[in-house]
Amino acid sequence: MAPQLGREMKDGRPDPDLILDRIKEEEMRAARGKLKIFFGASAGVGKTYAMLSAARQQAEQGTDVVIGVVETHGRKETEALLTGLERLPLQAVAYRDRVLPEFDIDGALARKPALLLVDELAHSNVPGSRHAKRWQDVEELQSSGIDVYSTVNVQHLETLNDVVGGITGIRVWETVPDHVFDAADEVVLVDLTPDELLQRLKEGKVYLPQQAERAIQNFFRKGNLIALRELALRRTADRVDSEMIQYRRDRSVTRAWHTSESLLACIGPGDGSDRIIRSAARIATKLDVPWHVIYVETPKLRHLSDQRRLQILKSLKLAQEMGAETASLPGSDAMATIIDYARDHNLSKLLVGRDRAQAWRPWKRSFADRVGKLAPDLDIIQVARVDTPADRRQEESTGESLLDRLHAPWQSFAMSSVFCALVTLIAMPLHTVFDRANIAMLFLMAVVLSAVRYGLGPAVAAAFLNVAAFDFFFVPPRFSFAVGDVQYLMTFAVMLAVGLVTAKLTADLKFQARVASRREQRVRALYEMSRDLSGALMPEQIAEISQRFAATGFGARAAIMLADERDRLHEAIPVPGGVPAVDVGISQWAFDHSAEAGWGTDTLAGSPLLYVPLKAPMRTRGVLVLEPKHSRRLLAPEQRRLLDTFARLVAISLERVHYVDVARATTVQMESERLRNSLLSAISHDLRTPLAALVGLADSMSMTQPPPTGEQCDIAASMRDEALRMNSLVNNLLDMARLQAGAVKLNRQWQPLEEVVGSAIKAMRSTMAGHRLGVNLPDGLPLLEFDAVLVERVLCNLLENAVTYTPAGSLIEIGAAPGARDQVDIWVEDDGPGLPAGKEELIFSKFERGQKESAASGVGLGLAICRAIVTAHGGTIRAENRRGGGARFVFSLPRGQPPSLAGAEEDSPQ
Amino acid sequence: MSDSLPVVLVIEDEPNIRRFVRMSLEAEGCQVYETDSMQRGLIAAGTRRPDMVVLDLGLPDGDGVDFIRDLRTWSDVPIIVLSARTTETHKVGALDAGADDYLTKPFGAAELLARVRAQLRRRSSAGGNGSTVFEFGKIRVDLGKRRVERAGEHLHLTPIEYRLLAFLVTHPDSVLTHRQLLKAVWGPSHAEDSHYIRVYMGLLRKKIEDDPSQPRHIITEAGVGYRFVAA
Repeated sequence: MAPQLGREMKDGRPDPDLILDRIKEEEMRAARGKLKIFFGASAGVGKTYAMLSAARQQAEQGTDVVIGVVETHGRKETEALLTGLERLPLQAVAYRDRVLPEFDIDGALARKPALLLVDELAHSNVPGSRHAKRWQDVEELQSSGIDVYSTVNVQHLETLNDVVGGITGIRVWETVPDHVFDAADEVVLVDLTPDELLQRLKEGKVYLPQQAERAIQNFFRKGNLIALRELALRRTADRVDSEMIQYRRDRSVTRAWHTSESLLACIGPGDGSDRIIRSAARIATKLDVPWHVIYVETPKLRHLSDQRRLQILKSLKLAQEMGAETASLPGSDAMATIIDYARDHNLSKLLVGRDRAQAWRPWKRSFADRVGKLAPDLDIIQVARVDTPADRRQEESTGESLLDRLHAPWQSFAMSSVFCALVTLIAMPLHTVFDRANIAMLFLMAVVLSAVRYGLGPAVAAAFLNVAAFDFFFVPPRFSFAVGDVQYLMTFAVMLAVGLVTAKLTADLKFQARVASRREQRVRALYEMSRDLSGALMPEQIAEISQRFAATGFGARAAIMLADERDRLHEAIPVPGGVPAVDVGISQWAFDHSAEAGWGTDTLAGSPLLYVPLKAPMRTRGVLVLEPKHSRRLLAPEQRRLLDTFARLVAISLERVHYVDVARATTVQMESERLRNSLLSAISHDLRTPLAALVGLADSMSMTQPPPTGEQCDIAASMRDEALRMNSLVNNLLDMARLQAGAVKLNRQWQPLEEVVGSAIKAMRSTMAGHRLGVNLPDGLPLLEFDAVLVERVLCNLLENAVTYTPAGSLIEIGAAPGARDQVDIWVEDDGPGLPAGKEELIFSKFERGQKESAASGVGLGLAICRAIVTAHGGTIRAENRRGGGARFVFSLPRGQPPSLAGAEEDSPQ
Repeated sequence: MSDSLPVVLVIEDEPNIRRFVRMSLEAEGCQVYETDSMQRGLIAAGTRRPDMVVLDLGLPDGDGVDFIRDLRTWSDVPIIVLSARTTETHKVGALDAGADDYLTKPFGAAELLARVRAQLRRRSSAGGNGSTVFEFGKIRVDLGKRRVERAGEHLHLTPIEYRLLAFLVTHPDSVLTHRQLLKAVWGPSHAEDSHYIRVYMGLLRKKIEDDPSQPRHIITEAGVGYRFVAA
């Protein structure tokens, strides 16, 4: 029982990493601007109007609201709402021979309002703008901390685009990805019943573009409007549901997970993946269990188009963002791989998408059934499938990729034909010796060889050719396609079938071998690079290694730009054969946003170079710039992953090199500090020793025999005093040097102020002999944490200063009282002539004295030392004239948290 | 010992300072032996049997603190340390090791002689009377009866205050470091709680000093510790 209990206690504790992640997420969210979307079923429901009304409310509450871009379509009520709100001017973008007005993102970023209105989130920007789509502009606005209001119609949502097209017969090309919609902080549904909308249409209150008038009339049929409204309502409901999930996820972090109840969602190449992931997220949240999402990449699935595979990676990323653990596993048998994974990770529930019913194979059991048979101990949940036109389209594209596989250069087909011819030639003379069945075997071998050598397409061609050749040359009647014996038809059929199957198997095997060897190449390249990187000691070496790796791994040229302490990027590190012209602006953008930019990305895709931020554990270190030569070698999913790893490795190496530098600099600094300290103490020893001797010898003059005269005694006393003055000068100079060099380590202790005041008075008693002294320390002052020796020095200097600048008999008072802002003020004041007006601050400078040509001694270091000491304590010092006349020097020390005295009386030994 | 001249050993590498110290001490009536290094100092301490050692902390052939530790293993002769300013930790180290007092360079003959007299007086009284009654200013401390009086009236002290005062009066004229006081009054486990000692010193001063802000008996040696002066 006991260990069980202990474990539960442990599990019951919140996972610190999770909490940290959550805090980070919240921080990021807090720093990011919020997006509020006004969502409607169709044009004319009043989204812009609702957005403007909400914005006006915000403006009335004092928010800094600016209109970035708003389409009023000439509606009067809407335009009326614009008055009084600041509008950003649109920028004119030249496109072909026209000049188009476009939202000015740089203007918006420069203006940086609290809230910006950007209408029509789905809008496509004029080519040549920074981002292709307006929603990308909005993302950038958000990431620089600007809140945004925007509007979207249901037909502009990417996944619903097809559905709406199917209903209304109108397809729109401007779409917003669903993740943007899902990531919005708030969505407000602007709803209007179809009847009302039609009414408004009749009244001419709905903006209709000129073109395609009839199509639009079709669009605004009541049936369509009802369907659209339903879609919009449903989509909003879905979102509310995910908000609920998020809310519960946030709250459930502190609760223990029951691992045995955990969920495993399996996604395939189909489009239903996101749906499965969302269902899994919902179920996992309701059950309060962790969940995993895996994708098994069987050899067959490797033939998918890159686009499809990127889609799968995206789905996995989505799952990760929703809180799942994700993995993409290679395996020849999807079911076995899934079951192994579930057992390894102790996951008891399996979530799979329902198979499409296959009319031509009614006997084939569903995937879920088959898994269930293999692993009877697992719970299996099937997620309903929704056929969208997109799915069907995807199916077609998968088919296309199969056709692709048959594709091969014509030389390969020619060569496989030559194989056929050769086999035929060889078989000709053997025909008399061997049985026909064996001849057929020779032909099969030709198919296998074609498959091994040239791939599937030529092998299939060879299979057909061989059957034809066998028939023509060997089956009686020879040299004719006619077949004498019906049983040969059987032979042909089997030969063809065996040929095709062997071709397929062999080609698959070859393909897998190729994939494996490529993978091995990548791994070896990575291994070699990381080995080289681990030996690199300078950024230049790292740049050179990355250049080499980029050339072999991606066929690209590379450059590295490093950021300095203030996050500014510098020129690329020069490497022979590196990228020649790097755009510093784009790389700075990529660095600042920690996101890829340039070629093949969402941002500034027109650039010929790809900019990848180098994210290291501590911070982003710089930007990797690639100049891709073969686009394919960078776009494939494996290559993207390789690029990620590459960038990560380079970033880590840069960070390591950086810390090597930091460590070296620290060592040098410590060394020079040690040198300075020993120099200072040597000087102080060498200067003080003769002074000490001088003072002592002057004193001992009076002890000489015969006894000195009175005049001689006076001279000796003066010598002594001058030597002491010299000593205090040396002390001041050395102290100043120490304080300025930062060589003084504060020996801070908690102590009452009275003590240091007392010791300062004692030290200065002889100096102050001609002055009157008052002490005003109230009871109940808190303990303060300070270096007693140094603060005594501050007080001594202030007292000495007061003595120097006031006539004999003046009153000098030391006082203290709790001051403002958790500080305690300590002052030294006198009733002398006071400070020269306007010099209150200047006197704290080095070598500054109140009266220029006075007989007062000292070089004016005393107050500068006071300031240095007080500042080192985190306090402040200032001088002022007293109201009643006289100078007053006040310094404040922070209160801090005094240690308790509890235990001082009790714990004592009796 | 009290009949003959007190013997003082001066260990100092700077001849002029040594000369001045010797002259001052001889004028005071002491017999002075000089050495200029730690090694010779140790030998002299063994052979000359001094009544007091004046030791410069900055000797060329070693750390004065080691000398003190070494000497303390077989002798309780008073040690006055000479040191430069701004080396408080060095002084504290020497005092913790067993030195009794210190002087900061440069110092005059008067200061030196005052310290020397105090140490010699303490040494001569330590052997003798064994009295448990101490009087200074208006205060009378009777350790035997555990009673403290101020101007003839009973003065209430907490147990800690009493222990602190008792320790101070039995160690007059010497500089006591924070650590020494903490160990003596609170025990070794509190050797780092130096704010205890400062607070209780403040409380004690309020009870026994006429003007706590300008104390006459419990003198603060900034950054080092305290000195109790009876006179």
